[in-house]
Amino acid sequence: MSDKILLSGNEAIARGAYEAGVHVATAYPGTPSTEILENIVRYKDVIYCEWAPNEKVAVEVAQGASFGGARALTAMKHVGVNVAADPMFSFAYTGVNGGFVLVSADDPGMHSSQNEQDNRRYAEFMKIPLLEPTDSQEAKDMVSAGMDISEKFNTPVMLRMSTRLCHSMGLVELGERKEFPVKEYVTDFKQRVVIPAHARVLHVKLEKRLMKLKDYAEKTPLNSIIEGDFEYDGKKIGIISSGISFQYARDAFPDARFLKLGMSFPFPIETCRRFAESVDELWVVEENEPFIENHLKKEGIACIGKEKVPLTNELSQSIVRQAFIGEKAEPNADTSDLPPRPPVLCPGCPHRGIFYVARKLGFTSTTDIGCYTLGMLPPLEVGETCICMGASIGNAFGMEKARGKDFGKNTLAFIGDSTFVHSGMTGLADIAYNKGNIAVVILDNSITAMTGHQQHPGTGITLMGEETTKLDYVKLAGALGIEYVFETDAFNLEQITDVLKKVKELDGPKLIVNRGRCILLDIKKMKITPFVVDPEKCSACGLCFKLGCPAISSGETTEKGRRKATISPIFCVGEACAMCEQICPTGAISQP
Amino acid sequence: MNNEVFSVFITGVGGQGILLASELLSEVARTAGKDVKKSEVHGMAQRGGSVVGHVRFGAKVASPLITDGEADVILAFEKLEALRHINALKPGGKIIVNEQEIAPAPVAAGLMEYPTDVWGRIVAVSSDAVKVEGAKLAKEAGSIRATNVVLLGALSAFLPFEEKIWHEAIKKRVPPKTIEINIKAFSFGRRAAGG
Repeated sequence: MSDKILLSGNEAIARGAYEAGVHVATAYPGTPSTEILENIVRYKDVIYCEWAPNEKVAVEVAQGASFGGARALTAMKHVGVNVAADPMFSFAYTGVNGGFVLVSADDPGMHSSQNEQDNRRYAEFMKIPLLEPTDSQEAKDMVSAGMDISEKFNTPVMLRMSTRLCHSMGLVELGERKEFPVKEYVTDFKQRVVIPAHARVLHVKLEKRLMKLKDYAEKTPLNSIIEGDFEYDGKKIGIISSGISFQYARDAFPDARFLKLGMSFPFPIETCRRFAESVDELWVVEENEPFIENHLKKEGIACIGKEKVPLTNELSQSIVRQAFIGEKAEPNADTSDLPPRPPVLCPGCPHRGIFYVARKLGFTSTTDIGCYTLGMLPPLEVGETCICMGASIGNAFGMEKARGKDFGKNTLAFIGDSTFVHSGMTGLADIAYNKGNIAVVILDNSITAMTGHQQHPGTGITLMGEETTKLDYVKLAGALGIEYVFETDAFNLEQITDVLKKVKELDGPKLIVNRGRCILLDIKKMKITPFVVDPEKCSACGLCFKLGCPAISSGETTEKGRRKATISPIFCVGEACAMCEQICPTGAISQP
Repeated sequence: MNNEVFSVFITGVGGQGILLASELLSEVARTAGKDVKKSEVHGMAQRGGSVVGHVRFGAKVASPLITDGEADVILAFEKLEALRHINALKPGGKIIVNEQEIAPAPVAAGLMEYPTDVWGRIVAVSSDAVKVEGAKLAKEAGSIRATNVVLLGALSAFLPFEEKIWHEAIKKRVPPKTIEINIKAFSFGRRAAGG
């Protein structure tokens, strides 16, 4: 039996932070990165860790910890790096005190994201070293390696993961924690205050540092050759790859000669040149952008990459095999006719009611990033734009500016509580300051739900499990100058209807705080008496189907071909929701 | 060294306990001294959608994914999901299907029909497909919530691991009060699949 244990890439990063002597860890949750901090909290005796309100704050806190002399780590999904880019670019100029690693968890294939940006380009853009593990063991070990590089070269480091690394488990050999006591803090205005006069000097230093890092990248064992003698079309093949793509390529061509790039920026061009000279033909296997390929071609090294390997979507061993040698498995059956099984709002979801009413009353609406984005699916079809965290408010307000005050009065911006704290407060300030006429709806389910229930400043509990102050949305709106503020019970359709009707008549910026806890927070403790439909009373009007509740489906069909409803006793959450009971016009839905 | 990689593709609907099943299988393979990789996707995909878990083990595993034509075994917690992912099955591979139908959203909403000939289409691909009455056997063992462990039991009949390793893994992973039910559920599943 192996003494190694099974860890996901995210668990391995958390363990790596522990072993690397990290003292401070910060993040905002985002798939596929969330479990990194959820696992670091297991080491809270030696690592202070927090959910920050957003990724920018997360970086700034970890950056401050580094300035203060501690080893610090921050983790986020790829689009979170967009939010955090500002402090990161300056950080490359100032350098660190304690080691600093930013984990970027990219999402090729967009399993749970709005784009598939390739953040390797960010490392190059920010001019910071880039490490790319290929499995859980390397993910753990590269946290230590990254911290060492960070302190040796006085630079922040990016460690780039992707969904299939974050959420794949592999065997990992654990090590002990190495203590790195918090370093001395010395005031250094010229190093850490990036006024232009200082920054001009720091930029020159940064370029010199990159030259040294480039030498390091040419020598580091993080970049390694795996011997092989695979030939194709009479030519000896060499493959350069990094990250999870390396595993796909290795699976597809197990006998090929490989150059695995564990440190891919500064780009080790001489190492690659020597490797290219050792083979007859060079293949490059990488997901999404031609990062390696462009570096090679810029320096005149011939290779085959994106002309064969797809640029979009994630890769796999079969895609790589097919790309280079055209082999593909024959399908066993045609399954294209099967009904899809898309994700849906859960039975008992508190978002469902206000979506139902908003649609009925004919509002235009924008939406944001979270479970509630699913409100755009039939039959609710609410939320006509979704761009990035917080964009619902600016989008709705901008529409008003294009189409006039009356259009604004009929427009709702839906945003979740966690997303509101992340990026919605500034948007709300804008509609107060610039005299908007829209209503912002905070869908307050008391948790960051989509990523699997993380606390945030609106919940009153910290990541480390301590009680703390709780953000008061109503007081906040008052302080910002929002004229009309309403609070609604997310499960009370009559109250929601009254408020939304009122909103249509009121001029000025408005906020509705629609409160209802995520049903999944409580469902295990609940004693549920499911609702049932009395087929005698059901008039087959179809109103309850418009809720889009997964517990409600078609029962018997009437003579006129209309469908009566039936409720699944397994999925229904009973009186905790009761929305279908409230809208049934014939009283056919009740609890036995 | 023999580097045959064995691939088990697990599929079903969010909430059926698929992640626990793939975790238990991975732990068993690890205990038996294999290299193991397991992959799954969290986030958006969990909200009542199709869920898949990939488990691969052998002397050395590279990719954590199972692609078309690579699965030695497909373990399906739901019939429609078995058919949806049947192209993952390798020629001569084994498919184990839980006797359960869960209507996907478009079917529940009356926009589409749940296909009537799912089992027939599965058997057309794999004539020795195995049907398991997971919920019924779990109830007999003491709790319908042990359905996922019944299905693991059925899976175990086609894998080269000793029964006692499975028992150890189950004991370590399930709540102490439910150990007896789960061990029973496992045995029922294993027997139902001829193990």
